[in-house]
Amino acid sequence: MNIEIPELYQEVILGHGKNPRNQRRLNPCTHTYEGFNPLCGDRVTVYLVVEQDIIQDISFEGAGCVISMASASLMTELLKGKKLAWAKEVLKSFYHSVTQDFESLSKEEKEALGEKLLMLGNVQKYPMRVKCATLVWHAVEEALGFKQNEENPYATF
Amino acid sequence: MASSIFPITTIRQDFPILHKPVHGKPLIYLDNAATTQKPKKVIEALVAFYEQSNANIHRGVHALSECSTQKYEAAREKVRAWVHAKSTDEIIFTKGTTEALNLVAESWARPQLHKGDEILLTEMEHHSNIVPWQFVCQKTGAVLKVVPVNNQGELVWEEFLKRLGRRTKIVAVTHVSNTLGTVNPIASIVKKAKEVGAVVVVDGAQAVAHIPVDVQTLGCDFYAFSGHKMYGPTGIGVLYGKAEHLERMEPYQGGGDMIRSVTFDKTEYAPPPFKFEAGTPPISGAVALGAAMETLSQIGLEAIASHEHSLLDYATQKLREEKGLSIIGQAKEKGGIISFVCEGVHPHDIGTLLDEEGIAIRAGHHCTMPLMKRLGVPGTARISFALYNTKEEIDALVEGLHKVRKVFSIPS
Ligand SMILES: Cc1ncc(COP(=O)(O)O)c(C=O)c1O
Repeated sequence: MNIEIPELYQEVILGHGKNPRNQRRLNPCTHTYEGFNPLCGDRVTVYLVVEQDIIQDISFEGAGCVISMASASLMTELLKGKKLAWAKEVLKSFYHSVTQDFESLSKEEKEALGEKLLMLGNVQKYPMRVKCATLVWHAVEEALGFKQNEENPYATF
Repeated sequence: MASSIFPITTIRQDFPILHKPVHGKPLIYLDNAATTQKPKKVIEALVAFYEQSNANIHRGVHALSECSTQKYEAAREKVRAWVHAKSTDEIIFTKGTTEALNLVAESWARPQLHKGDEILLTEMEHHSNIVPWQFVCQKTGAVLKVVPVNNQGELVWEEFLKRLGRRTKIVAVTHVSNTLGTVNPIASIVKKAKEVGAVVVVDGAQAVAHIPVDVQTLGCDFYAFSGHKMYGPTGIGVLYGKAEHLERMEPYQGGGDMIRSVTFDKTEYAPPPFKFEAGTPPISGAVALGAAMETLSQIGLEAIASHEHSLLDYATQKLREEKGLSIIGQAKEKGGIISFVCEGVHPHDIGTLLDEEGIAIRAGHHCTMPLMKRLGVPGTARISFALYNTKEEIDALVEGLHKVRKVFSIPS
């Protein structure tokens, strides 16, 4: 059987999704939050160790679809060792890439996210799955107290 | 064999949406428990109503109002006949199962229940047969009791009997589980509940279009269902209630149509069912639901049930042959619903990948989170059959599942 793999299910995403990095509990940690996706019932908890405004360590626990696991894996890889201010900016770029488009991001923003996370941007073609990709990012936002505007979990795709 | 004489080709031609490709592939619609597709007769009934009969009901003396009132009430009679109620006074139009259940909770239960009274539910209830009862508990001090399910997805009868007692005022139970397909023994449940004087509320959302329902034989006090899950439009549903209850119950909402007379000092209510139908109801929806029931009657519910059962047996057997796939819910008595999980693939990924093949299934918790918790899964993939599904579609589903495994590099 000749199988075409849908754009979303690329090797990289599948690789990270099936064998996510940093999937463990951090104890002790300085920040934690349990993210919940009411649409599917999946839960993901993030743990962070932040010292001197730097994310020294970051991990997550939970099970979910390949999209949410890949997203968690790639995010933890990306944010480890980064400054909080940088993380805040990259969060914005990520949301933009999965809900709007990634072409309109600046060169710097694209570089900050990296190729693999940009690939997750394909999720915007599957509106019902956007929440899977953003679940863990929302959890980090909450854990770090970045969250500015309360968002209706059912509204924004 | 029933399926060989079942006029499947003609039936499929009658559903326009089945011929609309999805992602460039023929649609295989296996999400019928969420909502069914609509036959031409239902769509045409909606159009015809607005083109020829539209007016408000019970209000005008003019010809169109008489016509629409007559059509609306004729639909009520069709519903009565469908569930074999004694009288059309026992048939209340609502916007769906959810509203019907809320109506019972708010108008029957809330005014009558007291602290310490018990409401008995089951672990397999849809959220719409849980949350309204929680409201009642919060307002009255009554408590929820829950009948557990076994690993096959059946109610544990001894546990039901253990929880049923003098304090039990209501037993609220689904006729057919939307997640597992389990058909519950309603008549036996009613018999036991009557011994302690409890009222039985049945969620019939997944039953009415698939198995014959006779509320008098079942003996239940209330029976709720949705039009859109039985080939009718959205926005229309039904609550059957025994006359003795409806007469004594408080109204649900206040407004036009539900009154006999209004002064600022005192309002007298209309008799049931009108007491519970405040405001302009979904008239066209009721009329089109009547058309759906006519369509089903013409084909014959027995023939439909037997066709869907042969699909269930065929799919169950096919899916059992799949490596790494487990069927969740293996009750002896089942309707045309199969939940399953696949090792190494989350249900949502199955759903998205099958969608690429034009195959529509449901993935998630199916509004039964407590049941998911009991079964120890975050969600399942679910297929559910309607009268227009075929064995070839099940074969295509199995092909689709093989593709899912290829994408995930899971050896077959
Ligand atoms: C068993 C069951 N009960 C209740 C409902 C709620 O029906 P509705 O959303 O049409 O009110 C559904 C449908 O989702 C169901 O499957």
